[in-house]
Amino acid sequence: MSKKKHVTLNVNGKTEEFLAEPRELLIYTLRERLNITGPHIGCETSHCGACTVTIDGKSVKSCTMFAVQAEGAEITTIEGIGGPDNLHPLQEAFKEHHGLQCGYCTPGMITRATKLLEEIPNPTEAEIRFGMAGNLCRCTGYQNIVKSIQAAAAQMSAAKEAAE
Amino acid sequence: MKDEITREERVDNLKGMGCSRKRVEDARFTQGKGNYVDDIKLDGMLFGDFVRSPYAHARVKSINKDTALKVPGVLAVLTADDLRPLGLHWMPTLAGDKQMVLADGKVLFQGQEVAFVVAEDRYAAADGIEAVEVEYEELPVLVNPFEALKSDVVLREDLVAEDGSIPAGAHGPRKHHNHIFTWEAGDKDPTEEVIANAEVVAEESMYYHRTHPCPLETCGCVASMDKVNGKLTLWGTFQAPHAIRTVVSLISGIEEHNIRVVSPDIGGGFGNKVGAYPGYVCSVVASIVTGKPVKWIEDRMDNLMTTAFARDYHMTGKISATKEGKITGLQCHVTADHGGFDACADPTKFPAGFMNICTGSYDIPTAFLEVDGVYTNKAPGGVSYRCSFRVTEAVYFIERMIEVLAIKLNMDAAELRRINFIKKEQFPYKAALGWEYDSGDYHTAWDKALKTVDYDGLRAEQAQRVKDFKAGKTRKLMGIGLSFFTEIVGAGPVKNCDILGLGMFDSCEIRIHPTGSAIARLGTISQGQGHATTFAQILASEIGLPADSITIEEGDTDTAPYGLGTYGSRSTPVAGAATAMAGRKIRAKAQMIAAYLLEVHDNDVEFDVDRFAVKGAPEKFKTMKEIAFAAYNQAIPGLEPGLEAVSYYDPPNMTYPFGAYVCVMDIDVDTGVPEIRRFYALDDCGTRINPMIIEGQVHGGLTEALAVALGQEIAYDDMGNVKTGTLMDFFLPTAWEVPNYETDFTVTPSPHHPIGAKGVGESPHVGGVPCFSNAVQDAFRPFGNTHTNMPHDHWRIWRTANELGLHD
Amino acid sequence: MIPAAFEYYRPKDMDKVLSILEEHGDDARVMAGGHSLIPMMKLRMADVPHLIDLQDVGGMSEIEIGADTIKIGALVTQSDIIDHAALADVAPILREASLQIADPQVRYMGTLGGNIANGDPGNDMPGLMQCLDATFTVVGQDGERAIPARDFYEAAYVTAREDGEVLTAVTIPRPKGGHAYEKQKRKIGDYATAAASVQIVNDGGKCVSAAIAMTNLSDTPVFSKTAGDALVGTSVDDAALKAAVAAMLGDIDPTEDNRGPVAFKNHVAGVILRRAIARAWSRA
Repeated sequence: MSKKKHVTLNVNGKTEEFLAEPRELLIYTLRERLNITGPHIGCETSHCGACTVTIDGKSVKSCTMFAVQAEGAEITTIEGIGGPDNLHPLQEAFKEHHGLQCGYCTPGMITRATKLLEEIPNPTEAEIRFGMAGNLCRCTGYQNIVKSIQAAAAQMSAAKEAAE
Repeated sequence: MKDEITREERVDNLKGMGCSRKRVEDARFTQGKGNYVDDIKLDGMLFGDFVRSPYAHARVKSINKDTALKVPGVLAVLTADDLRPLGLHWMPTLAGDKQMVLADGKVLFQGQEVAFVVAEDRYAAADGIEAVEVEYEELPVLVNPFEALKSDVVLREDLVAEDGSIPAGAHGPRKHHNHIFTWEAGDKDPTEEVIANAEVVAEESMYYHRTHPCPLETCGCVASMDKVNGKLTLWGTFQAPHAIRTVVSLISGIEEHNIRVVSPDIGGGFGNKVGAYPGYVCSVVASIVTGKPVKWIEDRMDNLMTTAFARDYHMTGKISATKEGKITGLQCHVTADHGGFDACADPTKFPAGFMNICTGSYDIPTAFLEVDGVYTNKAPGGVSYRCSFRVTEAVYFIERMIEVLAIKLNMDAAELRRINFIKKEQFPYKAALGWEYDSGDYHTAWDKALKTVDYDGLRAEQAQRVKDFKAGKTRKLMGIGLSFFTEIVGAGPVKNCDILGLGMFDSCEIRIHPTGSAIARLGTISQGQGHATTFAQILASEIGLPADSITIEEGDTDTAPYGLGTYGSRSTPVAGAATAMAGRKIRAKAQMIAAYLLEVHDNDVEFDVDRFAVKGAPEKFKTMKEIAFAAYNQAIPGLEPGLEAVSYYDPPNMTYPFGAYVCVMDIDVDTGVPEIRRFYALDDCGTRINPMIIEGQVHGGLTEALAVALGQEIAYDDMGNVKTGTLMDFFLPTAWEVPNYETDFTVTPSPHHPIGAKGVGESPHVGGVPCFSNAVQDAFRPFGNTHTNMPHDHWRIWRTANELGLHD
Repeated sequence: MIPAAFEYYRPKDMDKVLSILEEHGDDARVMAGGHSLIPMMKLRMADVPHLIDLQDVGGMSEIEIGADTIKIGALVTQSDIIDHAALADVAPILREASLQIADPQVRYMGTLGGNIANGDPGNDMPGLMQCLDATFTVVGQDGERAIPARDFYEAAYVTAREDGEVLTAVTIPRPKGGHAYEKQKRKIGDYATAAASVQIVNDGGKCVSAAIAMTNLSDTPVFSKTAGDALVGTSVDDAALKAAVAAMLGDIDPTEDNRGPVAFKNHVAGVILRRAIARAWSRA
């Protein structure tokens, strides 16, 4: 047993402090220690993206990061993106355009898409497909995921224009 | 009383059948509030995980758990010796065989479960696994079923009698110690005679490679034995929770009423989660032993290597025809690689599933099928990966044979299909291998597909491309993939379909609440298909209450009526029918209540969208909402209070969805890289319940078909090592590799299904695989290609080009 | 998949890193983004009792574009490279190659240093660095030393870096002429079936210099001097392309794996190189 480390994270706006073994993977910290079960485990070798969260502004596969590495980081999971009273346009769009089926990839997919739309606010279809290629889906064939992201992008752009 | 709204608006308000109702499941999934098995957290919960065999075939000489038991946090290490006194070291498979739960003296495939380590957390379990010392003695490995049938090496000593004779198996006599069964359908002699005397005969051998359903969520469970109440609860990734309950009861001896099986949200199944796995048994035992809840979750490598492969069929065919192309006979032999145990998930009487649908969509007068099952040193399984029992194999076989015959006849493959289709007026159609197709209109679907894609234009373009290629103007070939499939789904009639003796009916139970909302429970379980959305739509149309007021619940065996679960596209054909029939029982009682309230005779009221109205006086009516309330507050002579119904539906026949697919592909001859330019999919699944969901199912099934056709395989080396154990090598396409699909439909309702629906989830996979494959094969057809095996990954496509002399 | 237990260090300066490395020798490893190492640890194919996280060590995250050279810190990520407009101007091949590595999430974490120092023949940056004639700066107890990329790779996972040394930066001469990074892979997220880096200079229709390196076609990246030389002095016509491909094929030594047999890989290597040269030449 190795020496436990003190870890402080800010997850979805809340500060979390705990002692963890260095080998504790961030995905287990979130899921088992903090009961944030939106991010899922699909492949464990950084291919599927079901565990995607945003860490200090980057899309990260949390199964391939130790919690100790994230010391001091700000982390956003699907739970921090929008809830029953304030759904994110991407959450709305995935519902509206049948962008999910079993729902297992969905939290990672939407979390990654929030970042993609920051990187490219009005992406082309090719940019969406390329920018979402770190997230695997076994159910949808991606077509409606692409459609959902396009719809959310249009909605967000329109909202931004209206605000300006 | 006068309506405020029109009849059309009343229909719309129900969100019943035929509308693209948005999914009710999505609110929780989009907010990360799904509840999958690994999300379950119970007080004091322990973790179990397996020591697995690194060898494909070996004696287990000893297992030393001492060091492992000293690892902090490790509580127990179970081996076959620990399970033997309970009679649980082996378990029955769905195919009439038995399978080791933990290695009993030997291992038969790489990754086989050898010991189960139980620990306080998953970290300690992982450390415990490393510390278990197992001594193996390697044995000769058989990974090729043809060699296995000739080999002296005995894989299953338990299936050889002491005198060395080979006792019969669950499916009849066995020819060799590594042989499992021979299964036949059709007429051998007449078929051979027709083929021997035919004007034209095409022959081909093809291998449908081993692959895996690989849902994004792996298999897992949480077992919790409450010793105070004597009740076992088992949460897990079960596509058939009731069957699991019965199996657990039969093998554990715990009475079935003391077992509650719950399938929570399931992260995709595709057949992977039908079977019963050693992880479930060991978790239950560990919970009984420790008195604490025990969780077991596969990792991805475990999943790909050990639970539920699919396909692995070596198929040889002969197809005969007249010179004009009228098919006269079909013969098929399959050597089926079942791995170390026969754990195929098929109805009992069908050890090769519905492979005998392999006459496809064609009017073939004579046919014969023979399947030999064989043991090898590979993982057990043989599940229906997004298809009804071996239907993908059957459809791939016939759709390849048609292409091969077209080449032999020098005939257009679309035309060859057209002249051999079963005609609309021939339905119900009795096929040569025994099935009775319920309905179809193949010519209409085919003509619509070919017209939409401008088939003649595509062929002209392809001819020009061949010219350009030969002239050195391009290095890309063009392939036009065709497939026309007929599925057989909705297993099935109890008279011929059972699993472990359980008839394959399904069920629905409905309770209408006083205020006019309802809950319906079914014996099925959604894994992403959207049952909570679509079954409510069926009910809305049947009972006239809005779908939004109907909760659908599945997966808890304490509350749901008994059913055989969700796989083989059986939910809509079987449970969907049960839902409609239960709804009709509700409606029948509602009619009596309405008549009483309206003070007329029962026969003088009629159902109209959301109400019963007096015949000829539509202004006199009672809405279903009013009737629901009356059911609870009126003393109606001759009627019990309440408004509930249950239906157990035994389907009179299977359903036979069909479709016409066309794929246009460009192939880089030099790199072997295919590019899908266009994919058109016309599906006829009978009555369409929710077009949005149908379309989503088609997109997903096609993408899984693309994966299988173009690279997804479970590959072994000669030593039986799995070469494709992670998602680096096991091909799951990303959004980048997947095209946009064009979807289309015709509607030919099932005549025997209460709402005419046939099921759709698996059609795109079944029809898609041959379509993608045919596109690749078709690109090389002008250069002499007849057949080349899947998966068509880059190097195999390159090899085809190379063998045809297309490289310098 | 759970890694074995390890001690974790997160030093704030290089001296501390080096002293931990000195203390634990083979048992210690440095980690940047961790996206190569952590999966190997989870699969228990890498045993790392002492893991040194470099993220707090300063001075390794900069991209400096000088008059003649470009210096890139070892902790610069692939996504940093992709987003750096000035770098894309002076050395566009870095961006072109980075976009073909893994997927967006992995590119956010994956660093240039990690990709280079790991010694995995499947990584894309080593071949590219050889093509660009980069020099790697490594630091150890005895101070800094510079190792040419073309001398760095000895075998799979074996490099000229000593156990006690850390790769801190990469220095690249500002590339001249046209470029191309051409990669064939089975899907996004996969390593190359074959990849080629080409940097080529055109002077009045004649090739005056050409550098060529190949990826995942041997147990190390392969800088093929002879392939580049075959182009110099030519107009990069068909004969020159053939000669370059033939020369390159003499230098690579692919092995069979799930991506295909040796004959296929050799063939694809030739095709990919031809395409890379043609594209680079069209930009030269």
